[in-house]
Amino acid sequence: MNNTLKKITGYRLFLPLVCLALVLLVNVIKTPNFFAISIQNGVFYGYIVDVINRASELVILAVGMTLVVAASGGTDISVGAVSAVAGAVAIFIIGGGEASTDFYHAPYILGFFAALLAGTLCGAWNGFLVAKMKIQPMVATLILFTAGRGIAQLITGGNILYMRVDSFKQLGGFIQGVPLPTPVFVAIFVVLITLFILKKTALGLYIQTVGINAKAARLVGLNSVLIQFLTYTFCGICAGIAGMIITSRVYSIDANNAGLNMELDAILAVALGGNSLGGGKFSLIGSVIGAITIQALTTTLYAMKVSADQLPVYKAIVVIIIVSLQSPELKRMLRNAKLQLQNGQQGKKVA
Amino acid sequence: MRARKKKIDGNSFLLMITIVLFAIMYVIGMIVFADKNFGKLQVFLNLFINNAGLIVAATGMTMVLITGGIDISVGSVIAMTCMLLAWMMEIKGMGAIPSLVIVLVIGLIFGLVQGFLIAYLKIQPFIVTLAGMFFARGMTAIISTEMISIKNSLFLSWANAKIYLPFGGTINRKGVMIYPYIYPSVVLAILTLIAFFVILKFTKFGRSVYAVGGNEQSALLMGLNVKRTKLKVYIVNGLLGAFAGFLFCLNTCAGFVEQAKGFEMEAIASAVIGGTLLTGGVGNVFGSLFGVLIKGTIETFITFQGTLSSWWTKITIAVLLAFFIILQSILAKKKQKK
Repeated sequence: MNNTLKKITGYRLFLPLVCLALVLLVNVIKTPNFFAISIQNGVFYGYIVDVINRASELVILAVGMTLVVAASGGTDISVGAVSAVAGAVAIFIIGGGEASTDFYHAPYILGFFAALLAGTLCGAWNGFLVAKMKIQPMVATLILFTAGRGIAQLITGGNILYMRVDSFKQLGGFIQGVPLPTPVFVAIFVVLITLFILKKTALGLYIQTVGINAKAARLVGLNSVLIQFLTYTFCGICAGIAGMIITSRVYSIDANNAGLNMELDAILAVALGGNSLGGGKFSLIGSVIGAITIQALTTTLYAMKVSADQLPVYKAIVVIIIVSLQSPELKRMLRNAKLQLQNGQQGKKVA
Repeated sequence: MRARKKKIDGNSFLLMITIVLFAIMYVIGMIVFADKNFGKLQVFLNLFINNAGLIVAATGMTMVLITGGIDISVGSVIAMTCMLLAWMMEIKGMGAIPSLVIVLVIGLIFGLVQGFLIAYLKIQPFIVTLAGMFFARGMTAIISTEMISIKNSLFLSWANAKIYLPFGGTINRKGVMIYPYIYPSVVLAILTLIAFFVILKFTKFGRSVYAVGGNEQSALLMGLNVKRTKLKVYIVNGLLGAFAGFLFCLNTCAGFVEQAKGFEMEAIASAVIGGTLLTGGVGNVFGSLFGVLIKGTIETFITFQGTLSSWWTKITIAVLLAFFIILQSILAKKKQKK
């Protein structure tokens, strides 16, 4: 019995799952209709659908971020800004640079791939700085973090560009006849493809190896530089996809606010998923759970009528509690305290 | 011993480049905008007036970065401080001095909690201060979502007290001699900077900050109390954050939720441009001062030019940042080869 318990609590995804369960449990008590799903106009509605829907971009970003963290032991803080760049590029190309338009000036697919290309280029630049120039990830990505929104504003001319075409809204909304929102499928697709690549090739193992010790990885014949570079480029692509979903949701691009603070949520998702931010071993599914936890928390608080401005306070408290629980230091402190208590009792008995 | 000397040379080299770059930029500004009086002493002093809060925040940031940590909560702490000051003085009708004391104490407690989590629970500084950032920004909104303007007479007298310099005056069109001036906030910021330069350079605490950042393991083996040093650093940093908020508030005289957004990144960028390494162990508060001044000069350029949009500030700073970061890494590589 004790053994099975240990096995379960020792399971890597145990804590992240417990956290998610706790957040959902609060809802059972506070907002009983949280889990109710209704069908309106042939699509599913409900808080829980909303959680999965809204978490999509975060899941996609968290996937990219997990690999970056695993391979380099650092974080990419530019993903939010890169999403804005990708969105700006896409709308600029499709909308022909006009402030508001209701027809495609260029084929949608062209804009989509241009956005992905923009994401890839940004990721490659980060990757070049981190892998080749050996600059700490946070500093290297600070450059695009600062410049990204500036570049996006340069593209949009400082305006909010609108793209009022129904088919443009599909990526962030619903496709006719499909009851679930499209972003969910995109997120699942990204996660599955990434899992497939990591599990079916040795790449997943390589990334861990490089993350644990880049020098040793190079000595056993791995191209550490290339692997780190690839993870950053991949993270850039993920940011590009997320950027497309974000712009599609609101069928416009606001360079100042698109994907704002997304990088922080993405990093949080990785940490909440039980991954060490120091690199090495990682769990992609953990990060996905982390991302959903964050979104579940957000939606929960909205359901409890907490205003958007005040939301961060509760988020911060929950985050601190969760990471403190995961901290091995705290466990050691508690164990020591317990031991001291026991020793003290024994001492009393002897006396 | 020789290796150590070389290391210092490399770092002062970076600081030199920063100072030279600032000088070059300023001279170019004087030539290009000669007709708009860029060369006036007041324009230079405005750099300090506009960035007094940033100077203090960058000082704290430099110290945190030297220990190998990071603090991304500064911007939000500043917003919270401004809002608290405005709220206590305007809504609660408290005096300016008690409000200031309370705000500083709150900053200190904020730093204490963050420091405890980072030093004793060993949670990554990024995550802890990220939560701190969320917390402070959210608290600002909880206090008030409306903008509160400060009308407290004592506070406004601090904010608007011009200190005229006894030299460098220019004669205006009416033939009246006008001396350049600064505000008390500038004096306070410069004093803080000097104090921390001395503390970091010459006190036991300052030296242990560098030791902890350089190599935590060796610092521990040397018998330094690494945890306590880190805790102290974050406490002082929290205090400086609140103080920076006070100086910031002297400039804006108001509290609102969106205030000082992205301020933490400006502070980090200033420190990096000033030659502080994010790996820890290396840095100088004066370098960060020049980082702040460079940022201020770019902003002045853009205002003087008039037609350029504000986002060029971001792009120029990012280009400069890229330049310095790549330079640092090239220097570091060279050192390794030797």
